[in-house]
Amino acid sequence: MSATHSGVGRARASGVTRSTERALADPVWRRLLRHRSALMGLTVLGVFALVAILGPLLVPFDPGQQDLDHILQPPSPAHLLGTDNFGRDELLALVHGARFTLGLGVMAVMVGLGVGGPLGAVSGYFGGWVDMLVQRLAEILLAFPTIVLALALVAGLGPGLRNVVIAVGVSSVPGFIRVVRASALQQRALTFVEAARALGVPSWRILVRHVLPNAAAPIIVQASIQMGVAILVSAGLGFFGLGVQPPTPEWGALLGEAHNYIFSDANLATFPGLCILLTVLAFNLTGDGLRDALDPRLR
Amino acid sequence: MLTYVGRRLLAAIPTLWGVATAVFIMARLLPGDPARVIAGVLATQDQVDRLRQQLGLDQPLPVQYLDYMSGLAHLDLGTSAHFGSPVAGEIGSRLPYTAELALAAMAIAVVLGVLGGVVAALRRNTVIDLAISAVSVLGISMPTYWLGLMLIVLFAIQFRLLPAAGADSPTSVILPATTLGLLSVGLIARMTRSALLEVLAQDYVRTARAKGVPPPRVVFVHAFRNALVPILTAVGLQLGALMGGAVITESVFGWPGVGRLLLDSIFSRDYPMVQGLVLLFAVTYILVNLLVDLLYVVVDPRVRYA
Repeated sequence: MSATHSGVGRARASGVTRSTERALADPVWRRLLRHRSALMGLTVLGVFALVAILGPLLVPFDPGQQDLDHILQPPSPAHLLGTDNFGRDELLALVHGARFTLGLGVMAVMVGLGVGGPLGAVSGYFGGWVDMLVQRLAEILLAFPTIVLALALVAGLGPGLRNVVIAVGVSSVPGFIRVVRASALQQRALTFVEAARALGVPSWRILVRHVLPNAAAPIIVQASIQMGVAILVSAGLGFFGLGVQPPTPEWGALLGEAHNYIFSDANLATFPGLCILLTVLAFNLTGDGLRDALDPRLR
Repeated sequence: MLTYVGRRLLAAIPTLWGVATAVFIMARLLPGDPARVIAGVLATQDQVDRLRQQLGLDQPLPVQYLDYMSGLAHLDLGTSAHFGSPVAGEIGSRLPYTAELALAAMAIAVVLGVLGGVVAALRRNTVIDLAISAVSVLGISMPTYWLGLMLIVLFAIQFRLLPAAGADSPTSVILPATTLGLLSVGLIARMTRSALLEVLAQDYVRTARAKGVPPPRVVFVHAFRNALVPILTAVGLQLGALMGGAVITESVFGWPGVGRLLLDSIFSRDYPMVQGLVLLFAVTYILVNLLVDLLYVVVDPRVRYA
């Protein structure tokens, strides 16, 4: 993917200053590592991803283990972040919850991309009434604030992991439609697409082999930013008790339970929220960095 | 100008119709029997059947759709299953609270955001500038529900300065409005900064400086006016985010507006109410965007549409 992209970039950069040209010659990952905020974001994401994957293996205790003699304890050497209303260890819950919160984000974005990507590609490539139709659909979906749309869908579908993924995924569809459509619209006019069409390559093949892969850069940036939104919304659903249900230690659900003890035990609410904030922040910083690295001319 | 307003209003109609249809479809796609859900598990089959007839749910879908649409045309959103009164009336009685909260939040966001943006533009590449971009990315990454809880812990529990929930005292609005407003400060500041920087680089600003116009006058009179269009766009976009944020903020702070009513209605399975509220949010969003578009023409006569 990086080869395709820097090729396109170099071809277009003919009139640009030498430093930009040199920057374009570097591989994307090196440009990304030079980007300070992206590096910060990637580091945080790397740590959280490791925790999500390896955490339950490293601390193989049951996060649901109750200890009714030690409920609502402040942080101590035995329980680094304290315990909740059933004496469950807060740190253990957060470690075991990482995979749920991150997983929700990944799956929801996959749903959004899976539905919005093809719609955007078809809309931009064919234009005409197809474009009209898809654009109106996106416009209608965009009129609902993300959290309201997700709430409405979950209200109908019911809570639970699968339904949260569907609800949050659907809310991210218009973003992907817009990004992929813009890219398809641009490529439709390029020579290599024209050449493919002249050679008699069927439209679906042009879309799959040429248009979608060349939209990879904006899709990756959009996916990174949508990950942040998806995690915010799905943890929000969990917070209100409409998402993943306790005792699953999803961070939003943990925060929702902590809400009940806010007057007596505030630190119980502090840490799950901090984890959500850090994760979303990391995705946004990485998204900004990716945008700069994939398209240095925009600086 | 008037033709432009008329044309924009006409163009909004298909979107409004689409949104209303989308809400209708969403409500009908739900698995399960709405009449059974509304009547409750304890109701007899006879009661459920009567309710179904009463709600018109025994009619074929096209008939239901026409009923729904003609109801909307008369601002009739149906009857709340929970309150037993018209949905429109329940919404109307809570709307002033949401309007108060949203206006207070917007005031906080605009004042802090524009001031921050101006300072950042004038002190480019300083610590202040960096701090403002940090606040902006923090704002879009912040879980609203958590920020609200943390403000409650700090100002209501630790310092006992402000009420933690409800709308009983005049100071009640401060914490929820701050929670909601802080989220938008960064983005408005960032937009103000870049708009102002662009304008400040133009020739007429240099001319004004060269002929000895005092610097504050150059910034706030000559330059700022021309930077208003992008700032207005940012504010308009934030109004949409603000409405979603209001649902969360009102629920965290027990603020008796339409946002909290939406969550309460979801929990009490009051589908007519949920349907009416979701529609309200979408229609408000479309109308606010329309208003912002129209304001462009007022703010900047160069934007000639007609």
